[in-house]
Amino acid sequence: MKLAFWRKSSSDDQKRVAAVAAPASNPLAAALRRITGATPDWSAIEASLLASDVGLEAATALIQAARGSGDGDGRSRVRAAALALLGEEKAASDDEADVLLLVGVNGVGKTTTAAKLAVRAKGSGLKPLLVAADTFRAAAIEQLRVLGNRDGIDVVEGRPGGDPAAAIHDALMLANARGYAPVIIDTAGRMQTRAGLMDELAKIRRVVAKVAPERLTHVLLVLDGTAGQNGIAQARSFDSSAGIDGIILTKLDSGARGGVALAVRRELGLAIKWIGVGERPTDLVPFDAEAFVDGLLGAPAIT
Amino acid sequence: MFDALSSSLRASLRRLTGSGRISAADLDAGLADIRASLLGADVAAPVAARLLEQIRERAQRSEIVGGLGAGERMLGILHDVLTEVLGGSGRELDLRERPATILLFGLQGAGKTTTAAKLALRLMKEGRRPMLVAADPRRPAAAEQLGILAAGIKVPMHREPVGTPVSEIGTRAIAAARRLGLDVVIIDSAGRTALDDELLEELRELRRVTKPRERLLVVDAAVGQTALAIAQGFSGAAEPTGLILSKLDGDARGGAAISIAGGAGIPVVYVGTGERSEALERFHPDRIANRILGMGDLATLAERVREAEIGPGADPSAEARTKAAEARALRGGMTFDDLLSQLRQMSSLGPIGQVVKMIPGMGGMAEQAEAAVASGELKRTEAMILSMTPETDPSQGREAGKAGEKRSKAPVAEGGDAPEPLSG
Repeated sequence: MKLAFWRKSSSDDQKRVAAVAAPASNPLAAALRRITGATPDWSAIEASLLASDVGLEAATALIQAARGSGDGDGRSRVRAAALALLGEEKAASDDEADVLLLVGVNGVGKTTTAAKLAVRAKGSGLKPLLVAADTFRAAAIEQLRVLGNRDGIDVVEGRPGGDPAAAIHDALMLANARGYAPVIIDTAGRMQTRAGLMDELAKIRRVVAKVAPERLTHVLLVLDGTAGQNGIAQARSFDSSAGIDGIILTKLDSGARGGVALAVRRELGLAIKWIGVGERPTDLVPFDAEAFVDGLLGAPAIT
Repeated sequence: MFDALSSSLRASLRRLTGSGRISAADLDAGLADIRASLLGADVAAPVAARLLEQIRERAQRSEIVGGLGAGERMLGILHDVLTEVLGGSGRELDLRERPATILLFGLQGAGKTTTAAKLALRLMKEGRRPMLVAADPRRPAAAEQLGILAAGIKVPMHREPVGTPVSEIGTRAIAAARRLGLDVVIIDSAGRTALDDELLEELRELRRVTKPRERLLVVDAAVGQTALAIAQGFSGAAEPTGLILSKLDGDARGGAAISIAGGAGIPVVYVGTGERSEALERFHPDRIANRILGMGDLATLAERVREAEIGPGADPSAEARTKAAEARALRGGMTFDDLLSQLRQMSSLGPIGQVVKMIPGMGGMAEQAEAAVASGELKRTEAMILSMTPETDPSQGREAGKAGEKRSKAPVAEGGDAPEPLSG
């Protein structure tokens, strides 16, 4: 089953990306406007990248790369360096995945993102199934049930306090029998430092591989757009225990720019697949590297 | 908590070992490392810049004090600056009113609902009679979540049907608390991903009808550079009186605390340190600054010892025994029995690495201590002490004030492993 088409960005999507990418009043934008001259103001560019949570290490690396590259103003050189970094594709794309396992720390927006992915799949004519496998957080299952009912999407519910792997097993059996795809699984939030909970993810992955070996499974790390440099530690830990196939960057309507995802890309090679840009069911859109990088750098310089 | 910040700061300052006046080059190098460390900990760049300026000024003024090296002086200056930024010696919540009202707010996913339950449990343990109020009229199952948590800690919860305006929720909740004779009302307000007008208007309404003296902003410890903007966004409508930093049990470095305290003047009052309802701790700025710098945190350690002893199921005579042991230790006459009881108490305090970090000068030894536990070394020590008889225990003789020191040459533990020096 090809899901590539439901990743296509509509013009409506692009408007929403533009809305969050263009800062209303970025004090750094003013500083950036000064840098169109012959000598780029690297410290202003650095300040902008830092304010976007790119982090000192990645920001320094980008500026280093930009310094070494030939022409253009400093901003467009850094922009090109960032785009080159984001353009280096990791092996497979997730276009054909039909089991999506959402993982992440507490409070990043996994449950709402699961519902948004399902809405998007349904809108593309698919028959998605939501799996409420967060059996730990109080009322997480109710939350996904309400969202599924609202959006007309079937939900398989785990038992509060029960084994999430069991719920996922049952859901995949149902999906196999009734032809649901994609199967979108919401898991409990877990701090990446909790070894036992990280092991649970590895177990869940094994269950999926056993029950639905023919389904291509992608594990998507949901990363809070307001996260700082700890996002790198989160990605590293989840990648090593569950194997991450891509990043979903949420809450980019908060004013945060999610620059840590660039640092994650640089250190771990994990690609950003989707971004969350609002609270409506349709506010999840495919990642757009150019809009993202423009956001990190603040407003485009006045031409 | 704050582990990574402390280790990288220590690493950067260890390089400044020169005595005498701090040279300009050393100062620049030290400040650059401190900057990298603060930014890596997600301290907002403008706040970090201001801190660095303060540190530079004071370091330049710093006079040579009896043999202190440049690094030590920088540590002292850093400690002072961080303590000042974090709010001096901390503050108590103002809960004088009956009922006292606490309004919690923050962005979506910050951990408001979990924090509300933790705060209720904490206040209940302090002898208060709290009530929780679900004032998020929109998030699906938000009230159910609070209801489940409230039931778990046996605290009454007030909720209204979905769609009830927050002003009515607030008014009725306060009335209900009065009627039930409850003395603290904790209001869990709605979260949003963005600070929109609707949310801020809701907070104003809640404030108008419930007049909360404490208005606490809940922020995720992993939040990056936007922490300050988030705090400032809430400032107009909510005028935060304090900050609760949630999810500090992960490895987030928690620079948001410094961003918000330093940039918006909002002091941290509590930190969330786990998923259980008990996992909410008082925030002590001076202690945390010590901890960031790896200077140890004896006050917190002492507090944890008391909590471990006075908690439910505690041995009533434990306190007296500890006092006696402390007195012996001060006289230099600590016995192996005392050591054994200390080892056992320490294991009830939590992971040994966390405990060791609280001891001054031991910040760098946490990993060694964890390794000692993992290798069973402490268990072996315990077994050795247990296999001693009063006759073979060299410390007993000393405690009794007899000529026991010589007996330390006697076999220490015939039944145990080959004895190695305990002081290893």
